Amino acid sequence: MENSYFGEFGGCFVPELLMPPLLEVEAAMREILPTEDFQRKLHDLLHNYAGRETPLTYCPALSSELGFDLWLKREDLLHTGAHKINNTLGQALLAKYMGKTALVAETGAGQHGVATAAAAARLGMDCTVYMGAEDVERQAANVQRMRLLGAHVQAVESGTRTLKDAINEALRVWITCQATTHYCFGTAAGPHPFPTLVRIFQSVIGRETRTQMLERAGRLPHAVVACVGGGSNAIGMFHAFLEDKDVRLIGVEAAGTGESGCFNSAPLNLGTPGVLHGSYSMLLQTEDGQVEPSHSISAGLDYPGVGPEHAWLQKTGRVHYGLVKDANALAAFQRLCRCEGILPALESSHALAWVLDHPQEFTAGDQVVVNLSGRGDKDMDIVNKALGTPREALS
Amino acid sequence: MNILEQKIRAAVAQKRTALIPFLTAGFPDRSSFWPTCMELDENGADIIEIGIPFSDPVADGPVVEQASRQALSEGVNLRDTLDELRQRRGLFKAGIVLMGYANPFLQYGYTRLAQDAAAGGVHGLIVPDLPYEESGPLCEALHKADIVLIPLVGPNTDTARMRLYAKGEGYVYVVSVMGVTGARDRLPVQVVETMKRARSVFSQPLALGFGLRDPTQLAAIPVEARPDAVVFGSALLSHLGEGGTATEFMSRWR
Repeated sequence: MENSYFGEFGGCFVPELLMPPLLEVEAAMREILPTEDFQRKLHDLLHNYAGRETPLTYCPALSSELGFDLWLKREDLLHTGAHKINNTLGQALLAKYMGKTALVAETGAGQHGVATAAAAARLGMDCTVYMGAEDVERQAANVQRMRLLGAHVQAVESGTRTLKDAINEALRVWITCQATTHYCFGTAAGPHPFPTLVRIFQSVIGRETRTQMLERAGRLPHAVVACVGGGSNAIGMFHAFLEDKDVRLIGVEAAGTGESGCFNSAPLNLGTPGVLHGSYSMLLQTEDGQVEPSHSISAGLDYPGVGPEHAWLQKTGRVHYGLVKDANALAAFQRLCRCEGILPALESSHALAWVLDHPQEFTAGDQVVVNLSGRGDKDMDIVNKALGTPREALS
Repeated sequence: MNILEQKIRAAVAQKRTALIPFLTAGFPDRSSFWPTCMELDENGADIIEIGIPFSDPVADGPVVEQASRQALSEGVNLRDTLDELRQRRGLFKAGIVLMGYANPFLQYGYTRLAQDAAAGGVHGLIVPDLPYEESGPLCEALHKADIVLIPLVGPNTDTARMRLYAKGEGYVYVVSVMGVTGARDRLPVQVVETMKRARSVFSQPLALGFGLRDPTQLAAIPVEARPDAVVFGSALLSHLGEGGTATEFMSRWR
């Protein structure tokens, strides 16, 4: 196995029975992924199926209110509504080249499940999505979407009945079906080589943004901001800027409801190092090493772990990781709807909220890019519950 | 020779398969766990594997996961289990092995774990989510305390990967199925091939586990591919969970 660590974080903490399929993925990354044939097919899928490249949108109203220039990278405009499709098309295509006929995936809110189901349908593969039973109940629309796209959705009843347990179950199932099946992991976490594989497929976000900023603003941004759950949209955005030392990189974790000791999804800020789902990274856990339940109003950030490369980027100081509470994310959600006519995902609303809540960090003329990783249509039930149904909508 | 290997070799010399029951710490409940261990010890267990509960047991099926969850809800943890072992040191005839996931061990600290496990009379550790590539630091800490790390290999472990584990001591845990723990009605046919391949690589005794329910399953395996020891976990937990006794369960296997 090649170097599986980012500094002291990462690794491959899995049962021996999962080592052969992980080594197989590693070999495919080395031998298939760089080929012209693979790259051409992936490019075609991303551009002519998923809708790349995505726009970089300048926000005139918010920029004027804030006193600096705010830009949004519009991953929300991608097919299936979020950046997740960058990764699922890449992994599904790779799996196809590897001779696999089926995909398994985990999903929390359902976005990665929908994106995997779409990629599987497009490439003619079977697809089974594991989803915590509680998520199946609260994300019924996405369950329906996955089923329409031909995926089998399996409700996971064990543990906390959420994303963490869906990953456990998908790993267990992958042991049994590895000969025919690729595990299409949804975020830049998990055992090596997934943190690297997912980052490779998501890095298109940052590469495009960098080029677009140079064309549109004539310079690199002063700061780039992205929300961090597992961390795939953030690592995809940050990676192209890592060597640009003048570009501030800010990841935003979900602080939950915000009172002291509340459940949250902020292992980088509030956790300790530990092993979950195959990698050593920051983790919400007890002193005994039992994984603690997480919480966020945004289902896509609701995870007690985080990708190991983020733990390393935090440790080196290259990326600053901030915190945003549920209520502030909701406020940012509303403000973007009204000011710019864009309905962001609650995940991405966390990234935007950090900027709106920290105007003192920037000065006039600063160029700030927020990764708008997904659209908020999926969050209508949660938003309506939190804010009440908008009055106009009732008339 | 490592004491776990001695126990298995002694059974084989008596022309029997060594018996390795697995019991989650704190199961069936906190007060009856240690008496149940003693009962296993008195009824033919050559080695007892004590499971340290973990919130996210990816190598386990529903029976062990449920036992783990129940133990956690009753406050069972590694520290208390090691402490209780220390108080019972010398009471067990059987070899003692701890089986648990990497994170609780890591949080406890590998060096402290090795010291406290040695003080508790533990002879070996099994860590199902610690493949060869990640096992170095724990191996080193355990080695100083004369405790062995028992490797797991399975149907998809080729000869080259088996060789990575061949330097170990104690025994080798051969996983019978491509799957997680849990009793199956019959073992898959590839178990014969797996056992033969393991036999060709390892000098340590081989213990077969995952999926074992009753002794008739072994009869289906040709003699040259039979294990030196058998591990049974889920079947025992289910039996105890339904109100059965360890004595009854062990009598089937003796």
